[in-house]
Amino acid sequence: MDFSTLIQVLDSTLRLATPLLLACLAGLFSERSGIFDIGLEAKMLISAFFSAAFAYTTGSVWLGLLAGIAASMVFAFIHGLASITFRGNQLISGVALNFLASGMTVLIAQSWFSQGGRTPSLIGGARFEGLELPFAIGPTDAAAAGRPLSQMLAEAGPLQLFYSELISGHSILVYIALAAVPATWWILFRTRFGLRLRAVGENPAAVDTAGISVVGLRYAAIGIVGILCGLAGAYLATGLQAGFVKDMTAGRGYIALAALIFAKWRPWHALGACMLFGLLQALALRTDVVEALFPFKMPVQLLDSMPYILTVVILAGFVGKAIPPRAGGQPYVKER
Amino acid sequence: MKDLADTSGQPPGAAPNAPPAIELRGISKAFGPVQANKDISLSVAKGAIHGIIGENGAGKSTLMSILYGFYKADRGEILINGQVTQIPDSQAAIAAGIGMVFQHFKLVENFTVLENVVLGAEEGALLRTTMSNARKHLTEIAEEYEMNVDPDAVIEEIGVGQQQRVEILKSLYRNAEILILDEPTGVLTPAEADHLFRILRGLRDEGKTIILITHKLREIMDVTDTVSVMRRGQMTATVKTAETSPEELAELMVGRKVLLRVDKKPAQPGATVLKVEDLRVVDEDKVQRLKGVSLEVRAGEILGIAGVAGNGQSELLNVLGGITRATGSVQINGQEIDLTGKYSDGRSRRERSIAHVPEDRQRAGLIMDFAAWENMVFGYQWDPALNKGWLMDNAGIKAETEGKMERFDVRPPNPQLAAKSFSGGNQQKIVLAREIERNPDLLLVGQPTRGVDIGAIEFIHQQIINLRDAGKAILLVSVELDEIMGLSDRIAVMFDGQIMGERLPGETNEGELGLLMAGVTNGGST
Amino acid sequence: MDVMPKWADVVLVPVVSLLLAMVISALVILGIGEDPWAALKLMVQGSFGSTYGWGYTLFYATNFIFTGLAFAVASHASMFNIGAEGQATLGGLGVALVCLMLPWPHWTLALPAAMVGGALFGAAWAFLPAWLAAKRGSHIVITTIMFNFIGAAVLNYMLVNVMRPAGSMDPASAKFPDGSNLPSLHDILAIVGIPFSKSAPANLAFIIALIACLLVWLLIWRTRFGFELRAYGKSESAAVYAGISPTKIIVIAMLISGGLAGMMAVNNVMGEAERLVLNSVEGAGFIGIAVALMGRNHPLGILISAILFGFLYQGGAELALWMSIPRELIVVIQGLVILFTGALDNMVRMPIEKIFLAIRRSKQAAGE
Repeated sequence: MDFSTLIQVLDSTLRLATPLLLACLAGLFSERSGIFDIGLEAKMLISAFFSAAFAYTTGSVWLGLLAGIAASMVFAFIHGLASITFRGNQLISGVALNFLASGMTVLIAQSWFSQGGRTPSLIGGARFEGLELPFAIGPTDAAAAGRPLSQMLAEAGPLQLFYSELISGHSILVYIALAAVPATWWILFRTRFGLRLRAVGENPAAVDTAGISVVGLRYAAIGIVGILCGLAGAYLATGLQAGFVKDMTAGRGYIALAALIFAKWRPWHALGACMLFGLLQALALRTDVVEALFPFKMPVQLLDSMPYILTVVILAGFVGKAIPPRAGGQPYVKER
Repeated sequence: MKDLADTSGQPPGAAPNAPPAIELRGISKAFGPVQANKDISLSVAKGAIHGIIGENGAGKSTLMSILYGFYKADRGEILINGQVTQIPDSQAAIAAGIGMVFQHFKLVENFTVLENVVLGAEEGALLRTTMSNARKHLTEIAEEYEMNVDPDAVIEEIGVGQQQRVEILKSLYRNAEILILDEPTGVLTPAEADHLFRILRGLRDEGKTIILITHKLREIMDVTDTVSVMRRGQMTATVKTAETSPEELAELMVGRKVLLRVDKKPAQPGATVLKVEDLRVVDEDKVQRLKGVSLEVRAGEILGIAGVAGNGQSELLNVLGGITRATGSVQINGQEIDLTGKYSDGRSRRERSIAHVPEDRQRAGLIMDFAAWENMVFGYQWDPALNKGWLMDNAGIKAETEGKMERFDVRPPNPQLAAKSFSGGNQQKIVLAREIERNPDLLLVGQPTRGVDIGAIEFIHQQIINLRDAGKAILLVSVELDEIMGLSDRIAVMFDGQIMGERLPGETNEGELGLLMAGVTNGGST
Repeated sequence: MDVMPKWADVVLVPVVSLLLAMVISALVILGIGEDPWAALKLMVQGSFGSTYGWGYTLFYATNFIFTGLAFAVASHASMFNIGAEGQATLGGLGVALVCLMLPWPHWTLALPAAMVGGALFGAAWAFLPAWLAAKRGSHIVITTIMFNFIGAAVLNYMLVNVMRPAGSMDPASAKFPDGSNLPSLHDILAIVGIPFSKSAPANLAFIIALIACLLVWLLIWRTRFGFELRAYGKSESAAVYAGISPTKIIVIAMLISGGLAGMMAVNNVMGEAERLVLNSVEGAGFIGIAVALMGRNHPLGILISAILFGFLYQGGAELALWMSIPRELIVVIQGLVILFTGALDNMVRMPIEKIFLAIRRSKQAAGE
């Protein structure tokens, strides 16, 4: 494998890891506050559809993003209603919302666009374009020089290639996702809100008797989940791909959950886990690279299921024990 | 001045003619169909230690939780220092200068002491300055009241006594003027309890008001200035401690005369039934819980194990009951039993005629959602007598349950009712009926009357003594020293996983046992 | 003390929840510009109006009975087995391997072998999550979800690389030998002279599902093991006190659960498709959760709600055929039913409890 192939795989890793990372951080806020959320998938999917639908109709990807976040927030709020206000089973709520999102998106898509449950392809301002960072070789340089971009990149030195292809040229949501990692760490461990959020996931009674609203904190966490999953879904439909197709999240919500466990509920580790899982996804798309890498014939199915297998191994405690927040999954009821 | 304070009933720390620190008027609270507090009025003078005593379920904790804003009253009003104060949540209570130490601590286990103290009382949105200021402030308070704790220690790594200090410091950090403590001594040795009471007196002398909830008459008599008695959700009396007696308080609690002593004939011990030698238990965290315990119980006698909770009594019961694995030797009627292998489980013990009334009937002794008849065979479901071929003999079990419920006076005597629908005392009677009617050679009993109303206590004690008189061996574990003194034929005291010594109930007293419970033997501290 | 009488808990609350889900579904249909009343009529007509409709309804219901029972058995041991989808997928593999292994002369010989094959593969797929939960404390929900994905990958690999007949482009196994074809409901009812649609897929597996309901009921409420399983499910600490081994309960409950899910393949793979295809489970594993929730984890309740979901499935297919409502409407309704009967249970329960409490108070007041 030559250097430019490596850069291509890593570039693809970064793109594929972005929705995972956003969803994973969403799950981190949720579970740190004591709410299990296996409905990350639902929120991403509903956001993917509404962002694509609104971006297509208005021609503005930003309005699409807002619509996606709003839809994701609505789903997050339903989950909050079920698991905080009505103290229901959080797993069941997640399962229900996953179904709801999967059905609703196709139903509405068919009703609005009549294209077999997908949105029309997005073009121009209805999609997030890659940002060209200063000094990077991008499409505008290629247009100015009147030469194909691939050719210009092929001629560039390794450092320039690394910078132009891997660091530069991603949509703004990729950079937002990366910036969300230190931001999450800072909020969690350096702010009052973070202290309280971590406390409510461990012992809500301690928070309650300290005069802080458990319900308020958990809804705040739910709100953050809504925003982050909204970004993740919008990125899928308007950044990574050009439009919504049925069930386009394809289990990413579960992979994000797996990454969260892999990361043991810590932000920086979440970045690492998502990059690893993103790399696996990127490799699954490049069978030529996989064949070059492994002496035997690697079934693509094995690559696909690597994140799941790794998560089971982690859960089995063979690579250190994964201890979730103690109050996770249990609705808070004042004891009687 | 002194004369005036005495006649007006003002406690030593009080300012003359000040309005009461706390006044409750007509507080009522229902949980679903259960009326927990009925029209309660109470007045506590500033600078007093006020006790609230009552049986389990009398409504003490509910009332105080209302004062702390944890629950909301259905009716009634609260006055703090003469001002009507709305307390819809704990935030409002804290703002009104109220602090509360719950029976089950409200601490975040994997946070440090400092983080726990600061939680909810942060100075601003960022932690940096909050933490450094809090550290200074906390150290000052801790020194002032002789409550030294390491601010950076993680809660789950310090002892319960220390955790309780953190809870008190939390309240003081929030400038509490009124401090409520719910059953604070349950987890403490007598010496630690005395230290706590010293701290409380010190706080009172500074003018702080303290409310102490307890079911222990001795504590009320020792430390309080005034005392209120609660029974079945109502406040039955408020008296000055100096002007009452334990007997009078007990009668007020129960509503009738109570025997504080147990009547029993002298024991007639027979052959050795249980012989324990050098029993050792190491828990998951590699902490030694039992450090070589040896003891014997003979037929027809009750061996009482005294000790503060957490000194290995639970582990001893659990090893004998087949729940915890151990090393050492245990013999029943001269035969060795398996402590580590395939036969070290509850079923094997029951097959060896060991019955076990566990310390925590709600978490272990009963399945709260199961009907009474199902609970009546719980643990014995493998017995061929209860099965017909592949299926369980449900009809037969139900019929037998009716008889057992009648003999053990379980009310209401309805086998179909779920265990959670019975009161604490009746739940305990179900467990006792199940275990005693198996006619075991050895009965293990943990905390037989914890959370049981006084009426049922007498009945339960009588059943245990009857079994003894029928020539069975009984191992009794209780943190209630009165119970140990009243029931046991011999008393062994446990401290830190060891037996500190054995005494005969007629030849010892609470003082001597208390020292042993704190690990002090005649030769000095261990 | 219970606030509500038992019938309110078992019947009233689920029925009100279901009605709520139906009302929202009607609003959804309105929202996409169709007539909910006409849709309902079409659904009822399509699923109960003919023996052909019944044949499909019962075929789907059979799948859901198996997965519903699978979820319920694990649930009684407080194991949230979300992996019936994967276990049924592997069950399909087991059934297919058995059917293709021998040139079966008659279905009476093939059926028991296929049932064992399906159950064994399903149980095997539940074993590792169960063992990890019992021995290493792994969260059963996450491991079973992971095993669903891994199971899908295994099936994919097997169909594409191993079981695909030479020359075929289709990721599917060869057709099963005729001797392994199960009698359809048409064949069975013909014996007693009842005419039944010949082309509907309902088959002998429905009868097996009914027997499974009875056996599960006996297991849970009449046997020692059922007693111990329910006891463990209610309180682990009490079970240990009673000498019940948690490992034994977790592993056996999950094996039975996985086995039941795997047996579903007798219906969809052996009874209907008569070959193994990709994604033959079609979400039935997840619907089992809804079925069990609505049926309050009781076999009778599961039977009733499985037929209800069978109706939804068949009716939904009719909608897609005759009105311009996509099949995904079923998925929406399914989500709403799980949401209201499962997660938002308290939203319905709390007001109903309040009403009963008020009635009791007024009765008490009148009595005093």
